[in-house]
Amino acid sequence: MIEKYLKGEERIVLALRSLYSKYGYLPYKMNKFEEYDLYAKNKDFLVSDGIITFTDIGGKLLALKPDVTLSIIKNASDEKGAKNKVYYSENVYRISGATREYKEIMQTGLECIGDLTLYDTYEVISLAGKSLGAISNDYVLEISHMGIISALLDKISSNEKFANEAIECIEKKSTHTIKAVCAEYGISKEDTEALCDFCALHGTPSHVISKLENMDVSQEFSACVEELKSIDALLRDDEGYDKIQIDFSLLNDMNYYNGIAINGFVNGVCECVLFGGRYDKLLDKMGKGCEGVGFAVYTDLLTSLDNSTSAYDVDTLVIYSKETDASVLKKTVEKLVSEGKSVSAQMVEPQKLRFKEKIEI
Amino acid sequence: MINVALPKGRLGEKVYQMFAKCGYECPSILENNRKLIFENEEKGVRYFWVKPSDVSIYVERGAADIGVCGKDILLEYEPDVYELLDLNIGKCRMAVAGKKDFFDDNTKTLKVATKFVNIAKKYYQGKCRDIDIIKLNGSIELAPILSLSDVIVDIVETGTTLKENNLEVKEEIVPISARLIANKASFKFKTEEIEKISRLLEEQVNIND
Repeated sequence: MIEKYLKGEERIVLALRSLYSKYGYLPYKMNKFEEYDLYAKNKDFLVSDGIITFTDIGGKLLALKPDVTLSIIKNASDEKGAKNKVYYSENVYRISGATREYKEIMQTGLECIGDLTLYDTYEVISLAGKSLGAISNDYVLEISHMGIISALLDKISSNEKFANEAIECIEKKSTHTIKAVCAEYGISKEDTEALCDFCALHGTPSHVISKLENMDVSQEFSACVEELKSIDALLRDDEGYDKIQIDFSLLNDMNYYNGIAINGFVNGVCECVLFGGRYDKLLDKMGKGCEGVGFAVYTDLLTSLDNSTSAYDVDTLVIYSKETDASVLKKTVEKLVSEGKSVSAQMVEPQKLRFKEKIEI
Repeated sequence: MINVALPKGRLGEKVYQMFAKCGYECPSILENNRKLIFENEEKGVRYFWVKPSDVSIYVERGAADIGVCGKDILLEYEPDVYELLDLNIGKCRMAVAGKKDFFDDNTKTLKVATKFVNIAKKYYQGKCRDIDIIKLNGSIELAPILSLSDVIVDIVETGTTLKENNLEVKEEIVPISARLIANKASFKFKTEEIEKISRLLEEQVNIND
């Protein structure tokens, strides 16, 4: 009954909260404000560069939170063996789109921080898939591995400028530009070909992993492929395994992220609706001696999926006058409500109100 | 059905011919009328003409699955799209131009008139050169002639307009050509179709080379 009054995205948020609770993730409630310093120190980690700041009564510079992960990390315990599993549903404030205006963005997500094992990474990826499944049956969960990309680039060249340009090409699936970049930096023909093949490589986990296994790059590369393989083995039995793709054009900032990266797409939404990955480097930068993995679902993007438009605002419009006995009006309204109808009691018919029936008393 | 955003004008017509040669023809597009959308249901393709600078917006926002636009637009607006192929047509260059007798001696802030604010900013940032950008929307060549700016950053095709106005290319920033772009989400759900189109177009590019 209450479900009827929920918007599509609200229903999804409820489903996600229930899902995360089932797997032992605890709700995390945070303040709207955080000390600006936290974000200033980790500016590049933030998706958008604009932060709304203000000075509190004590003269401290505060910010309207542009991100949730940093606050969770700040408060997470890094005691040996500890594991912080939390989920959140929060608004963040960021600059968005070409107009570069501040927007309030609704995010629901989870973080797993502590001494992580293979199972923890699997669980987070699996929950990312289940989250997308709660939104729609038609989705794609994309997995990438930062370690594989950096190991390949390290083998080809130690030039940081080359690595940055190559990363940009991989991110855009621009094989034609990779060739030009490799030529500019004097990369060998074999390495150029390997990089072009890698740039074009995407598809089902088994297809991509078998191609990666045939690449002789470095020990580090092979170790990352092994990790990907172990996670794939665990994911195989999951419902929705057929919706998982490996695609290395998915690249998170390598200064903060390492290991697995995940993105989620839902048919009907033109951008990525789920974003996450492993961020041990960020934890290290923040002085935490532990590991972390998590993701966020941009629930505000899901409004475009909800095409249900109601033909009426209320079922019944009850028109009464100043002379109407209030107890009669009360009885009429209560009776209609008990019949499951929505009612608006008005003295004159509102111009823009759409109603199924009108009762005058 | 694949939605394709084509840039209005000569480049768009060339691009359509390439698509048609790949087997994605839609004869109604050649009819002289005011229609905006052209569909060939059998081939599973729908074309629409849009302003060249808007192609990347249609693709980024998912109104079009794929589209063709100049590298200049991609560098200027940096849309979050895949850049799948260089079509090797619509070739020109992004360049700095100025009056023939102008010499930049680095002693004062350089006044730069351009439509391409982002490209100009990045180029001069890379050279650590202090500049004052003057955003114009057309007739950029007028700016140095009327001393509104020292130089311009603009697309140069043949260089005829520059020559006729006593201007010349001072520095080349980047070569430009038409690129096939794809919406990231569309690529996930229509991978096979988009990759097929890209592959067939690439074959044509290779033949033309």
